[in-house]
Formats: sequence, C-alpha cells, structure tokens
Amino acid sequence: MSPSDTGEITVALAGPPNVGKSTVFNLLTGLHQHVGNWTGKTVERKEGTFQFGRTSFRVIDLPGTYSLTAASPEELVAREFIIRERPDMVVAVLNAALLEHGLYLVAELLSLRVPVIIGLNMMDVARNEGLAIEPEVLSAALGLPVIPMEASSKGGIKDLVKAIAEVAEGVRVQEPHRPEIREDHRSVLDRTEGLIEDLDLGPYPHDWAALKLLEGDEEISRITAAAAPADRWEEILRLLKKHEDALVAVASGRYAWVERMVRAALVRPQAGPISLTHRIDRWLTHPAWGLLAFAAVMSAVFFLTYAIGIPLQGFLEKAVIQNLQGLVGGWTSAGPWWVQGALVEGFLGGLGTLLTFVPILVLFFGLTAILEDVGYLARAAFIMDRFMHAMHLHGKSCLPLIIGFGCNVPGVLGTRIIESTRARLLTMFLVPLVPCTGRMAVIAFLAPLFFGERAPLVTVGLILLALGLLFATGLIGGRLFFRQDDSPFIMELPLYHIPNLRTIRRIVQRQSLEFLRKAFFVILPVSLIVWALSRFPGGEAGSSYLAGFSRALEPAGALMGFDWRLIVALLAGFIAKENALAVLAVLFGAGEGAALGDLIASAYPPATGLAFMASQLLFIPCAATVAAFKQESRSWRLTIYNMLYLFLLSAAVSIAVYQVARRI
Amino acid sequence: MTPRSAVPMTLTQLGPGERAVVAGLAGGRRLMARMASLGFVPGVEVVMVQNLGRGALIVQVHQARLALGRGEAHRILIVRPHPRVPA
Repeated sequence: MSPSDTGEITVALAGPPNVGKSTVFNLLTGLHQHVGNWTGKTVERKEGTFQFGRTSFRVIDLPGTYSLTAASPEELVAREFIIRERPDMVVAVLNAALLEHGLYLVAELLSLRVPVIIGLNMMDVARNEGLAIEPEVLSAALGLPVIPMEASSKGGIKDLVKAIAEVAEGVRVQEPHRPEIREDHRSVLDRTEGLIEDLDLGPYPHDWAALKLLEGDEEISRITAAAAPADRWEEILRLLKKHEDALVAVASGRYAWVERMVRAALVRPQAGPISLTHRIDRWLTHPAWGLLAFAAVMSAVFFLTYAIGIPLQGFLEKAVIQNLQGLVGGWTSAGPWWVQGALVEGFLGGLGTLLTFVPILVLFFGLTAILEDVGYLARAAFIMDRFMHAMHLHGKSCLPLIIGFGCNVPGVLGTRIIESTRARLLTMFLVPLVPCTGRMAVIAFLAPLFFGERAPLVTVGLILLALGLLFATGLIGGRLFFRQDDSPFIMELPLYHIPNLRTIRRIVQRQSLEFLRKAFFVILPVSLIVWALSRFPGGEAGSSYLAGFSRALEPAGALMGFDWRLIVALLAGFIAKENALAVLAVLFGAGEGAALGDLIASAYPPATGLAFMASQLLFIPCAATVAAFKQESRSWRLTIYNMLYLFLLSAAVSIAVYQVARRI
Repeated sequence: MTPRSAVPMTLTQLGPGERAVVAGLAGGRRLMARMASLGFVPGVEVVMVQNLGRGALIVQVHQARLALGRGEAHRILIVRPHPRVPA
C-alpha cells in the first residue's frame, strides 16, 4: 500500500536481540503504543505511532532476530510482516559494537527489496570496546542512510526521524549494494530460479524464494511444493539434494558482503580483546567464581524481594484490603449473611490475593529486566548450563526455576526467555515443583509443631524431596519429549552496558499489568467459588459443601493420615497457599484464646504432619500460578495435565510418607 | 595468506586464546542455519575465549562473544593458520 492511500507511513523496526531496539521504539512512539500478540503466536507485537511535520507514521516493532530464516517463530513473524504487509521502510537497529552480525540481518533485508535505514545504536559501547566506526563511510559503502545513535541517552533519535521522513518523501532514492551468493553456487541459484519463475508463490518474490530454497527453508519449500506440479518439484528436490552445502554458500556470500561493507568504515582495536566485557567475564563466566557470583546475585535478588516485597505485601493487605473489608462489612451488615460474606471474604479476599502479588511481581520483573539488559542473564545461563543437561535443558531454564523459589507466578512467566518451545514447556511444567514462599510459610509454621528442634532438618529434607522430584520429572520429561538437536545451545553473550531505566519501567509495567488483567478473571471467580463452597448452605465452615465433600474423601485421606479438616485446608490452598493456615484456624475455632499451633499439634500425629507438609509442597499450585501457566502455555490441555500430574504425584508421595513415617 | 594446517579439527579442540579459521559446518540444517547466521561460515576467524575441556565454551566471532554447547562446537570444523607441528 502506498502512503497516499492511507496518509500513513508504515515503518518496521528490525534488529538482532540486545541492540536497544525497544528503547528506540519507545523514543519514537512515546506513549502512543499498543502491545499485543502476533495472530496465533506467543510472540509479542508492539505497535505505535508518531507525527513528524504533517505526516503520521505507524511503527511496528518486529521481534529481535539474527536472520530471517524460518527457524524460529520470531524470525517467521518478522519476515512474513515485511513480505506480506510491505512496510514503506525498515529501520534496522544495530549494535555498533557488533556491526558484522547486524549487517548479516541487513543483507537478508536487502534481498527482500524493501527500503532500509540503518540505526547504528550503541556507538558509546563500540567506543568503549576500542572500535572506531565512520558512519558516513559505511553509508557510502552500503548505499543506505546510516544514523549513528546512542539511544540510551536519546542520542541520534532526531536524525533518525529526519532520515525516516526523507525516505518517506522519496528524497533519498536507494541504490544499495546487495549481497550475492558465493561464486561457485551462482549457477545453481540461477537454475533454481528458472525452475520456479512461472510458479505462483503469492507475495514471495521469486529470486528471494530461490535463495531460500537453497538455504533449505522449510516454509518456502512447503509453499513451492504446493505451487509446483509434482514432476517439477521432484526436479527441484533433485537439484537441491545435489547441492546440500548451498546453505553455507549463501551465508558465506552474505558474510563476504558484510566484510566488504565494513572494511573501510571499521577500525578494530590493535591489541587483543582486553575490553571491559572481557575483563568482567574473566570472573563472571569462570566455573568457580562465576558460580559464586551467580549465588551472590540471586541472593541479592531474593534479599531485595524479601526486604522490600514482603513488608509491602503486608502493608497492602492491612492498609488497603482489611480497611476495605471493614468498610464494606459495615455497609452490608444489615443484609443477609451471604451478601456480606461473598463481598468481604470472597470478592475482597480474592482481590487482596491478587493485589499482594503486585510487589513481588514488580520486583522480580524489574530485577530480572535489569539483569537481562545489563547482559548478566546470559552469563548466568552459561554458568548453570552444565547442571541442566541431564534434563535435556539448557542454562536458560535454570533462571525461571530459581525465580520460582520467590513465587511460582513470575517463575512460570519467566520461561519466555527460553527460545525452544519444548524446552520452554518442560521448564514451565517443572516450575510448580519449586517450593515458593507461600508454601514455605505453611511449612515454617507446621514443622516446629510436630518436630520441635528437628524442624529445620525436616524442612530442608522436604525441600530436597521437592527438588529431587523436580529433577526426576525433568529427567523423564527430557527423555520422553526431546530428540537430539532439538534446541541447540548457541547464545550471544552481550557486551555489558548500562541499562535504560525507562525501558525497564515499561517492561515491568507491561508484564505486571498483562498478568494482573488475566489473573483477575481466574482468581476472583475461584475465590468466590471456594468461599461459597466453604460457607453454604448454613454459613458455617464445619457444615459446608466443602466440608461435606472433604468428609466424603476421608477414606482416601486416611491413607495419608488426613481427616476432613486437612483436606479442606489443602483444597483451600488453591486460592493462595498460605490460606491453608487461615482455613485451619477457622475449622479448629482457633481464636484469641486457643492457639492454632497447640490445637493442631494435639490433633495429629507427626506422621500426618509430615505427610501434610509434603502434600502442601507438591499439590496443585495456587490459582495464580495456574492462570500464569495457561497464559504462557496457551493450552488448557497442558495446564490440566500439569495439575493432574501434580495431584497424582502429591497423593502418591503423601501416602508413601505417611505409611513409612507412622511405622518408624 | 598465512599457511594453514592441512588437518581439520573441530572447534572443541581449540585452546583458550587461540585463533583459527572456520573450514566447514556439519549437522542438521536448522543447526547449520543458526550457526551460519551467527557468523560461523567458512573463512571467518574465530578466537577461543574459554574452553575448559568439558562443558559449554565461549568463542569470539567478529566482535561478538558466543556461548555454545560442546555438542554444537563439535560440528564446527576449523583450521589453524599456524600449525603446531614441530619444525
């Protein structure tokens, strides 16, 4: 679509990961942005607008990719957008310190015949690495506008907008120097193109499709196979089979082009790479010191969360929710008991649960975003890689699991840093087995009641049990669902740089709100339903439907030494794990006089206590975690499998624990 | 051109601080495409940053530092510009 049709110019932002593309996007569009998902994909879609002169521009932030193969959903999304929606131009945001890698993507963009502007970001990082770059020389070599930028301090953004406007007005006509395939494969490319030139490939240009066929692109092969008569496709396949190394020839051609482009524009440091990054990495990727640093960083994250998050949580609970509950309770005291109960305990109680997640989520999202932006997360993944291999997972899977100790919800949400879908789903499956603070609160209360001085030992034992089961699950899951080669471990270790706090604030804001919006519709209904079940028909917990249901389950519960009250407590933990204690307090009638601890300790033998703590650790996670699981996996089936698995696992383990413990 | 050793070796055999030139790639198409797009193509110089003899390693390609698993590194064939054969 040409600009005159809509009066709006479409600009796509492309670029590899870790180049500050989000910061450029935010600088361009300010508050005028909208975040969603690409249709049918879990890839985030960011879109925004800005005005320059009398022209309005629509900016699409494409996912960060190193190339435009069909190897990942991100790459597919990026190239489908450029081919199908034909943006008026693409701004390629590159990291000046990693010029060659960025230009590889530009080589791919140029073969799509779309006007390209280069935003050469992180000029400061390049200087720190000892690189000297001359943007004008690069621009002359490429035949494209090259804008030097330091987006973290807003540098170069005005020049970029000016360049965008000039390309939009057609002031700058582009005659870029395009890359070519390596000499020895040129005739194969010509023959492939000849074989497909009369086929209807929809929006895909024939010369580009021929190149992609040589690269073994699965998507384009599928499209060509569908468009070609059978014998022709056979012929194409025979040709491609004979030249299976063409993939490397195409990539070599692009890198040869990249080398030619940077030859005059880039002066590399004379001495070896004794850069800042190199010096820091000597410690942070060291097998021993790196592990220590990792432990220190993670401890700091947890310390901050506990020191700031937990008190804030308590404050919100008291200042906001309890006051609201008092207020609403007063207004509705004249009405029927269940109106008051539903509003105060069901609705506001659920809202309280949701609200108290906010400090923890914001802290975790904020701290991990900072660590990622600085460049540390990649090092952490590298350090932890060796511990994850038995489960067929890579280092990156370790981070969500560790975050899960704070709260399973950000743990599940954190799995999005893992590229491979299978590895992401397996990690997500494992996160609920990590003992979160909510569950640990229950254990911390119960363990001393039953085991006195040996409570710390029992607690550590229970945690190790949960982690052992996590590892076993991962081991079996990894064997069952992974093939060799499924998720290669190749990862860029970005150059360290100062994070942009505004970008981080945006990320935290977006991720927290997105979760809260979705969790709202899970936690509130669940809270209301559980409340209703625990009060109706009579208004007393002891004679409620939930109690009746739990009494019916007592024969099964007896296998693990549970009476109906413990079953109610376990089930009520679905709203929030720490609820188990509050529910027990109600059922035991623990008030000002009688202490809950004494009542529980005298009601059950230690074997029951141990079995209950084990089931508490392993049972179906809280509703918020389930909501997060559904949001990230986009599959109710998988979510239900996960709940079912945890249900069966916790039942089996609790029975085993009880049956063994009561005989000792 | 510097003389190159005739015997190709894999990236896993390169010691820390040593330089070599990529000679070829092996493995599945997806893996090869991924490696190629990150700069592992014939003719490109690589510098080993960290290689402990086991576990993942760190390589510098152009100015980028890449971490890769041993299995993946084993699929990258290299030649050394200065062979370490006795004179």
